[in-house]
Amino acid sequence: MALLTKKDANLILDPLADNNPITIQVLGICSALAITAELKASVVMAISVMFVLGLGNVVISLLRNIIPSKIRIIVQLIVVATLVIIVDQVLKAFAYELSKTLAVFVGLIITNCIIMGRFEAFALGNGPWRSFLDGIGNSLGYGVILIIVGFFRELLGSGTLFGFPVLGNPIEKTGLYATGYENNGFMIIPPAALIVVGIIIWVQRSRNRALIEEH
Amino acid sequence: MALNTEKNVYTVVFATIMVIIVGSVLAFLASALNDRIKENERFEKQQNILYSMGVNENVDESNVNFVPTDKVENEFSKYITEQLVISGEQITNNDEAYLIDLKKQLAAAKAGETPQLPLFIGEKDGKKFYIIPMYGKGLWDAISGFIALDSELIVQGVYFDHKGETPGLGANIKQRYFMDDFAGESILDGTRYAGIKVAKGNNDPLNLIKDDNEVDALAGATITGNGVSAMIRESVHLYKDYLETIRAQ
Repeated sequence: MALLTKKDANLILDPLADNNPITIQVLGICSALAITAELKASVVMAISVMFVLGLGNVVISLLRNIIPSKIRIIVQLIVVATLVIIVDQVLKAFAYELSKTLAVFVGLIITNCIIMGRFEAFALGNGPWRSFLDGIGNSLGYGVILIIVGFFRELLGSGTLFGFPVLGNPIEKTGLYATGYENNGFMIIPPAALIVVGIIIWVQRSRNRALIEEH
Repeated sequence: MALNTEKNVYTVVFATIMVIIVGSVLAFLASALNDRIKENERFEKQQNILYSMGVNENVDESNVNFVPTDKVENEFSKYITEQLVISGEQITNNDEAYLIDLKKQLAAAKAGETPQLPLFIGEKDGKKFYIIPMYGKGLWDAISGFIALDSELIVQGVYFDHKGETPGLGANIKQRYFMDDFAGESILDGTRYAGIKVAKGNNDPLNLIKDDNEVDALAGATITGNGVSAMIRESVHLYKDYLETIRAQ
């Protein structure tokens, strides 16, 4: 790639697979469980986190030399909270419908441990451009898992994708339901997300044995 | 840079400056956008009220489609013929009744004061609708809505909204397949103001039985569903005296 050096490209590509924030670092699990019952919510959450993490990483990186280390966590929190409020207010004014969909995610973004984790682990020690790439990469890695989990939970739990029925109508017994297939109600409750994430972790580690921790 | 970022003085100065900057940015933003946000909220209320009485742009049975925001003001004044404020025995006309904050009024009612309860009378194709606003508790946060009744107190339509119910579960109270079930149900059980119960283990999932005061619950959203039941029951009770006068007509 001409635009990105190999090192830069790795900042985006690593978190997608071998250094995924959810499956390898096991961060951000709480929101992965809470909001993946449907695909649309997963996508919206992934985009919101990408915005906040990308921008937040840049801000923290610009401030990295002047932040007093004693209060750096508070400073990080303020940056996240401010970004989230700005996004929320702007959406409320210019895209009211979308802001209603997002409302519930606002609090979840602030508490997402991936964000604080990347501020602390990366942005405090790297320049703005690299921090930006790192933020985008990590939020993509987070988003990919969210979308995979959302896909399976919505498909198996409600028989829909993005709200569109893809398996037929469960009440009128058409499509797949005519053969006696039933939606699995378990998939729409949060514990199902743990199982799906667990399966993803298992698949990933059995494909790449280097990821298995030695004990 | 020769800054000593470890000194206490520096820390305090940094924190102060940061707070001032962030505070003024947010304050500026809030005041700059406040008018637009208020306007959006006003349109939304009008849209919701109209939606409950069947004035909407629904094309099929899948999605909620409101009257577009640029038309909603006209449509609202066209279909909503009267806006009442019920305060105890006293009933007054008030064109801005839809802006009353129901949450405050319900709190007043609980404290033993006489609440100012808004009620909207709509007319569409020669038929009268009595629209009651509702407010209650879901699992995480507030839920609210509007319920449109005809003069027999049969539900003509509802609109539910929520602040922070779980997406995919409780948040589905604002989906068509849940809201549409309410139409045709009566809030009366004989002469008792029973409301409508969101029932689990309902043996009527297609909701063909309309006189059982029950609709089928949402799987995985028990507490939100109970909140909806309670919200309808309480609102109906608050407006009971007025509803009696409609029935007597």
